[in-house]
Amino acid sequence: MTTGQAPTGAAAPAGSWTAWLRTRISRTVPPGQVLPDRQPAYVASWIYVFGVLSLAALVVVIGSGVVLSLGGVSWWHDSSVGHFVNSLHLWSVEIFFAVMVVHLWGKFWMAAWRGKRGLTWLSGVVAFVASIGTAFTGYLSQSNFDSQWISSEGKDGINAIGVGAYFNVLNPGQMLMWHIVLLPVAVGIIVGIHVVLVRRHGVVPPLDAEDPHADRPRMEAD
Amino acid sequence: MATLSPPRARPTTPDSHDFETRPYDLVKEFVIALAFVAVLTTLLAAVFSSPDEKPITMQRWATAAPGDVVATAVGELAGTTTSATYGAPYSHAAQGQTLLGVPLQKWGGVRIPVSSQDLVLQPLTGYAGDPRVAAALQLWGGASAQQQQAWATTYADALATAGGDPAAVPRGAYGPVPLLAAAFLQLARTGGLEGALTSSGNFYGGDQTRSVLLLADGAYLEDQAVAQHLGGDQWGMMNETGNYPGQPWMWLYTFWYQVKPFSTSPNADAQVWGLMMVLTLALALVPWIPGLRSIPRWIPVHRLVWRRWYRTHPRQ
Repeated sequence: MTTGQAPTGAAAPAGSWTAWLRTRISRTVPPGQVLPDRQPAYVASWIYVFGVLSLAALVVVIGSGVVLSLGGVSWWHDSSVGHFVNSLHLWSVEIFFAVMVVHLWGKFWMAAWRGKRGLTWLSGVVAFVASIGTAFTGYLSQSNFDSQWISSEGKDGINAIGVGAYFNVLNPGQMLMWHIVLLPVAVGIIVGIHVVLVRRHGVVPPLDAEDPHADRPRMEAD
Repeated sequence: MATLSPPRARPTTPDSHDFETRPYDLVKEFVIALAFVAVLTTLLAAVFSSPDEKPITMQRWATAAPGDVVATAVGELAGTTTSATYGAPYSHAAQGQTLLGVPLQKWGGVRIPVSSQDLVLQPLTGYAGDPRVAAALQLWGGASAQQQQAWATTYADALATAGGDPAAVPRGAYGPVPLLAAAFLQLARTGGLEGALTSSGNFYGGDQTRSVLLLADGAYLEDQAVAQHLGGDQWGMMNETGNYPGQPWMWLYTFWYQVKPFSTSPNADAQVWGLMMVLTLALALVPWIPGLRSIPRWIPVHRLVWRRWYRTHPRQ
């Protein structure tokens, strides 16, 4: 026996944290729904594309940001290659927000929070807000005129609510760390949770759709 | 079947896993989306590039607007500039903004102490080589706060009357202020002011708080920003230099600054932040807010999204 799990039919040791975690993970998404090769027949609209476009744009944003970080903060100011990579980063961010906003509004008009999908909606909104913070710190980290002006204006809003000393927009060193470490990690985790929730509950059915199995008791994933 | 919790009695949205299905290649969709975004990004970057307006240096400020540098330095000494009267987190000079009477800014505490006088005096202290400057600093340091205030405000008024030209200011009881201001301008012209403000004895100066506060106390920075359509009343919060989209996702935040009562309120920043927090919270909690969550039913945009489904599954 080399599988590392209890033999078939045998119970896992009582109080095993490993067994608890394994069970929790395996029950997070229904069997076969992590990467299904079929979707409900009602999933037939261009609006569905914007969710995956948001993910794809996020990959390009992070990829271009990683390349940009190779040269350091001032690389893109005096290198044509660095400037081009910065342009890739800028435009991928613009695309990311454009498709994410369409995705968000699409889900709003579909009332996509129905069927115990409230956390899916909530995590999407949090990802959107965290992305705005990430983009904002990016503008503060450019070390150019935009950074000077945006930081001098932005400080008033942050200071007005009493957090300016902890999130000092006039400190580009701190803002760069937030931009390339803390906030991207936060966005990545939130988006990961969002995607898992989507796979857990499946794509929301049309409003007022009849239950295909209306003749049996309702049982629904929470 | 996806059964993860006990049955509930109340009517719910059907389980998506119970519907008829059709082939759908998620991985292929993602790869095509990734290729599409990568190509579109590359095209946009190649055609439109990205803005990179050089930062304003203290040297450039001193060269382009020497009168503004002198006026700002005098204002810092007189304690009349924006940063001198700001409040938390830089000083106790004011209570700062309030939200519905709650002094959130004050509650944040003075955790980044900045003395406006030191924005001028500290760089000059390290500016060795001119005995007249050293004597002026000694004279300033030996005077009472009232005397310092009187010298600086009298000179500021005279400077304003003279159109900002120090050479046109008549003789008066200004103490060492004219000499300090002139030396400060000279230091800025040499390009040594940034280092004196940001390093503070540390080889690695990464915090620009003091230098940006000083720059923002002058008029030059804002003049340049307004010329680029970046002013607060020009929707500047969401714009960037040049003809680039900037941060259009900030439109609602920026919008409030353009309309009353926010556009004329001394607490506009706190109020707009408070309002945006409430609105963001409402957006996040839409699924649980009666009325708000029913809007998609009242305005049937979903009929477009699922038009094929409704065609073959007419509602009863």
